[in-house]
Amino acid sequence: MSSSPAARSKAGAASRSTAGVVTWLDERLGIGALTKKQLRKVFPDHWSFMLGEIALWSFVILLLTGTFLSFWFKPSMAEVEYMGSYANLRGLHMSEAYASTLDLSFDVRGGLLMRQMHHWSANLFLASMTIHMLRVFFTGAFRKPRELNWMIGLALLMLGIIEGFAGYSLPDDLLSGTGLRIAQGLMLSIPVVGSYISFFVFGGEFPGDDFIPRLYTVHVLLVPGILLALITAHMLLLVYHKHTQFPGPGRTNNNVVGFPLMPVYMAKAGGFFFIVFGVTALMGGLLQINPIWMYGPYNPAEVTAGSQPDWYMGWLEGGLRIMPNWETNLWGYTLSWNVLIPGVLLLGVLFALLAFYPFIERWITGDDREHHLLERPRNAPTRTAFGVAGMTAYALLWIAGGNDILAYEFGLSLNAITYVMRVAIFVVPVLAFIITRRWCLSLQRHDREVVLHGYETGVIVRSPDGSYAEIHRPINPVRAYELTMHEQHTPVELPAAHDANGVPAPAQGKERLRSRLSHFWYADDVSKPTKEELEAAAHHATNGSHALEDGHGPASGNGAHLGIETSGIVGGQDFGLEQKPKAP
Amino acid sequence: MVRKLSTRRRHPLAGFVVLLFALVVAGGLYSAFRPAVADESGKSDAQLIAEGRQLYEVGCASCHGLNAEGIITKRGKNLGPPLIGVGAAAVDFQVSTGRMPMARPDTQAPEKPRTYDEGEVARLAAYIASLGPGPAIPDPEYYDVSEATDEEIARGGEFFRTNCTACHNFAGVGGALPEGRYAPSLHGVEPIHIYEAMLTGPQQMPVFSDEVLTPKQKRGVIAYIKTLEDQTAYGGLELGSRGPVGEGLWGWTFGIGALVLAAVWIANNGVRAERKKP
Repeated sequence: MSSSPAARSKAGAASRSTAGVVTWLDERLGIGALTKKQLRKVFPDHWSFMLGEIALWSFVILLLTGTFLSFWFKPSMAEVEYMGSYANLRGLHMSEAYASTLDLSFDVRGGLLMRQMHHWSANLFLASMTIHMLRVFFTGAFRKPRELNWMIGLALLMLGIIEGFAGYSLPDDLLSGTGLRIAQGLMLSIPVVGSYISFFVFGGEFPGDDFIPRLYTVHVLLVPGILLALITAHMLLLVYHKHTQFPGPGRTNNNVVGFPLMPVYMAKAGGFFFIVFGVTALMGGLLQINPIWMYGPYNPAEVTAGSQPDWYMGWLEGGLRIMPNWETNLWGYTLSWNVLIPGVLLLGVLFALLAFYPFIERWITGDDREHHLLERPRNAPTRTAFGVAGMTAYALLWIAGGNDILAYEFGLSLNAITYVMRVAIFVVPVLAFIITRRWCLSLQRHDREVVLHGYETGVIVRSPDGSYAEIHRPINPVRAYELTMHEQHTPVELPAAHDANGVPAPAQGKERLRSRLSHFWYADDVSKPTKEELEAAAHHATNGSHALEDGHGPASGNGAHLGIETSGIVGGQDFGLEQKPKAP
Repeated sequence: MVRKLSTRRRHPLAGFVVLLFALVVAGGLYSAFRPAVADESGKSDAQLIAEGRQLYEVGCASCHGLNAEGIITKRGKNLGPPLIGVGAAAVDFQVSTGRMPMARPDTQAPEKPRTYDEGEVARLAAYIASLGPGPAIPDPEYYDVSEATDEEIARGGEFFRTNCTACHNFAGVGGALPEGRYAPSLHGVEPIHIYEAMLTGPQQMPVFSDEVLTPKQKRGVIAYIKTLEDQTAYGGLELGSRGPVGEGLWGWTFGIGALVLAAVWIANNGVRAERKKP
């Protein structure tokens, strides 16, 4: 069909007319020269490099659906009588914000779909930012020169959380009011200034009439504006730094191996937008989210079982739920540790730790070089272990945040979950750290084993004297290269206590701490096979067959021993079959 | 017709059809000729109470005491509370929903298939009611919500959110209470039992006496619960109606799961696709 001359000339005409438009624009705007370099920008291919893209496209969807919602939503606390389509609430008095959200859901064509897409998209936005951050963390992509971009990303995550919270607080339904009450509680718990902050933010007593309109401005103008600016900065820095890549043949710290933005990544990224949009639309259409008509209008006298924030605030909720009820009374003022510690300090500690992590690691390891090659998590065991410990703590707080749902669904005691979590939050992350670190080191050992002795073929050979051995075959050179090209880290050594003239070196304390931490960080790393070891292994592999033919292997059939001894003995498929068993 | 039947009599399914037919006939004959249910109305109250007491002594006295005075264990725990003055409504609720008799001592009596039939429940209720004054089994006019107006339902929803959602959840699907106790789901519960529960406050539930919630308001609450049961799920799958926890779970599993799979697919296809050589 495409070979018919008519079709060909038609396609030619189309491409000529497209070219004409582009040329016309280029002659007037000069974009060709401007974008020529950027359009040839190379990106490496890996699925995990596309996680941040989910967040980007979710943000676009949020802007589109949010604009739609803003056409009908009325951010007002004025009391109205609801007379819309939803019979169960008709005739009740409620705020205009809640009534307009009901109208959006039931009386605006496509309104409920847009509302649900907006909400699902927000959930996906934050979830994809989170997994993107985890990818960056576990592969070491935050290292120099990308520390600032890491911090920008963190700011995006933090603002995203605030934006999400503001979003689900706007409809003024029962759940959003309950959430706002908790937020006000956090404000009040701040010593000395807490009550002033609360009165300032809410324009008087909670809940008041001012807050929803104020929150609306924050939600549709302030935070999205900052998000947009930071996303731009994030991506400009990405272009400036160039994308990191996993090590492999031909990939060095000084190049980027991949395909150009135009046309390959334009197509891939453009296509991915439609996939993200499609999944979001599917969820918005099929899965109910935030059914505000079920919650009812906010009334401070009401609360519902299953009052939880959206998932990204769930860990803070968990902290609040498992915190013992500690309070101190000082000169007639109450210090609410029970809210201050899990609500305010926990949030601050997590984000401070995350923000400064690149600098902490850099100081400990003394590594001041630029890194454009990613590390496999196993090759940075201590970092990976810290990451997993952090994820574990986060997950435990999540579980604690849903303790009533868990108790109900699994027939557990609410109190038991709380008590277990109070201990687990201190113990389990430490266990996770130890296990992960050992696990990584074992994987390193395994890599070394595979490089030196080849992979296990699953073929078992019985030697003439009756012992068994598994045949190992050498791995292919590309794989071997990938497994051996990571850096061999060395701990920072303590500078000599005395210089050549016997003068004691000044200020040893900090250096000693650093050296000790650095040893903790790296000292257990399994060393990569050296050239000599590789050659010895290769030599051994070619000569190994003698061991079997001579019958010198242990007669008892020590498979583990033999497995290494005879690794890769037989090159062809005719292994061992032609050997005649020796008479006993 | 006969020819048709005779040709198919060796069909593999013929045996089943005959069996089914025989069962239907036997069942039909039984239901047509079985003895009529004993008529309760003819019995005097005293008779009902006496029979109820007999049932009570067999099924209930081991925990509630021979005279329904309750049993306190040596440790001061309440094995079974006194039943004097709880009224017929409490008996009807607990026994008709299968909560009583309990299968074993537990933090809470779960709903289960009932042990006593209606006549037996009536006897037990009559016996307990005879011990002291208490709320009676309500007449249908109190809980019949078939003709509830929209306004009544909307008001009932307001009372439901104020008084019930804190434990039973906004959609009435239940929620957890301390120490392994729970507020059960309200879906599928008979209106009379909801009414009796409000009136008598079984287990953890507070009593909503007629001074707190008037009978009319109670009926509104029941009507609202019934509309929740029948209501269209406007937003799609309800994900258990447990609020944001379920939503987060779906967002992370279905949403992020699907998108990560898509990312893997995109990254593995296109110009750089390296097909494994055979």
